Amino acid sequence: MSKGASKNLLLRGYVVLVFIFVFTPIVTSFIFSVNSDRFPTIPLGHFTTHWYETIFADPDVWDAFRVSGIVSITVATLSTFIGFCTAYTDYRYKFTGKALYLSLALLPPTIPLVIMGLAMLALLARINMSGEIYSIVVSHVVLCSPFAMAVIRMRLAQINPDLESAAWNLGASNWRAMREVIVPFCRPAIASAFCLTAAVSFDEFAVAWFVSGLNKTVPVIILEILQGNTDPQINAIGSIVFITSMTLVILAQLILMRKTINQTATGI
Amino acid sequence: MPIVIWQLIFFVFPLIFLVVLSFWLVKNYRMVPGFDTINWVKMFSKGYFWDAYWRTLGYAGVATLVTSILAFPCAFALAFKVSPKVRRWALFFLIVPFFTSYLVRTYSWQIFLNDNGIFNTLFAFVGLGPFQLLNNFFGTLVGYLTLCLPLVVVLQLISLANVDRTLIEAAHNLGCGRLRTVFQVIIPLAKIGIILGAVFTFILTFGDFVSPYYLGGSKPPTLSILIIDTTKSGQQWPRAAVVAIVMIVTLLTIMFASVAAAYRKRS
Repeated sequence: MSKGASKNLLLRGYVVLVFIFVFTPIVTSFIFSVNSDRFPTIPLGHFTTHWYETIFADPDVWDAFRVSGIVSITVATLSTFIGFCTAYTDYRYKFTGKALYLSLALLPPTIPLVIMGLAMLALLARINMSGEIYSIVVSHVVLCSPFAMAVIRMRLAQINPDLESAAWNLGASNWRAMREVIVPFCRPAIASAFCLTAAVSFDEFAVAWFVSGLNKTVPVIILEILQGNTDPQINAIGSIVFITSMTLVILAQLILMRKTINQTATGI
Repeated sequence: MPIVIWQLIFFVFPLIFLVVLSFWLVKNYRMVPGFDTINWVKMFSKGYFWDAYWRTLGYAGVATLVTSILAFPCAFALAFKVSPKVRRWALFFLIVPFFTSYLVRTYSWQIFLNDNGIFNTLFAFVGLGPFQLLNNFFGTLVGYLTLCLPLVVVLQLISLANVDRTLIEAAHNLGCGRLRTVFQVIIPLAKIGIILGAVFTFILTFGDFVSPYYLGGSKPPTLSILIIDTTKSGQQWPRAAVVAIVMIVTLLTIMFASVAAAYRKRS
């Protein structure tokens, strides 16, 4: 018995080790964002907000946050809408070519981002659409709508199919049934898809790097600093990005949990 | 059906255009439409292209194996050895990293791994080192693990949590040892999650350029670094397109083979 117990202890220790590995870079980035030394080493220097002041004084960074904000909100709106339509089509209809339709809808995340970036740049440059904010939006919607579709589709799977038929029987038109039965039922999933896609878009750097031209997003700025020298500004920007993304994700999670607490509890 | 139209225009069409592009020519730094197989012939006859191809394939293969093996004990412990409450929190904390910038995490590892970095400082305290941890495959692998490990643990965990506990008890009752139960009962039952995790690792590492570039030192290049170099500096988009197409074909082949293996009935 004690042999089994020590084995369990070993396993638990291993789990802790994995979590340490996963969170070390995240925590480190926070620590060095408020550390005075330019070259990050231990022992640490003293506490400073210098790097935050530097980035807030930099108009390029402000510009990047503006572009990222516009992009991620537009992307979230469009991809949630597209994701909803796809999920509903999959849920409601059976038709020939459905497998093809679904693979078309879900395949984008499997294509390496560098390739998506190259393909989008090549095409958009050809039709004179590259280097604009909407070039990033268009590319990100392609990448994000599968996530929105997945989240909303999971929610639709929980709906009682009789509800919509009942609405039809009571004389509701297709649109009205959609508006008053389906959409309210999916509202938490829609909200959480919105936050998730916004977060994904806010973090995406590869495709944005290819197509953005002069309209750089925040991750593209990070990428460019990374190519230069050691610079703790990265940690400061990274921490802000992290807090923004996490706020969105936790918001998404809270919205989803409040409504579907029972399903998630038994889900896993 | 708006998604069909959208995806056709902005997903399928760019990829088709990439194929078309691979037959175009570059003259005086400008692309000229045409139909010439020269890009394909040139790329396929270059030694460095094939070196990069096998290297990328090897990197991704090793990363897949290492990630899957490292993730399994963790997913196993979370699935069977902890309370549901701990499991939910663990799941939450495994999802958090997806929403931190991968670039910033990579940069953090540079701080740890470089020649005067934190690890080497610590090693120096006990009289070891310095070791070269950056600009080699070790550095790249750390980056790959950062990218994939949480995801693989999640996928394996979901699969393991759905394994029917009575089957495990039955195995025990029939005198099957612990380790044998894991390998002959639990792993086959959780096959889908394990293969799915491996496939995702392969896809992500095969196409990733951040780890091999910033932690692996960018030389010798992987295919994605080759694409970036060819596009950004050389204006040789048609040749980059050739590389991209070869990558997509490779990925699709491996994906379909693995998915087929995952859902094949056990004989």
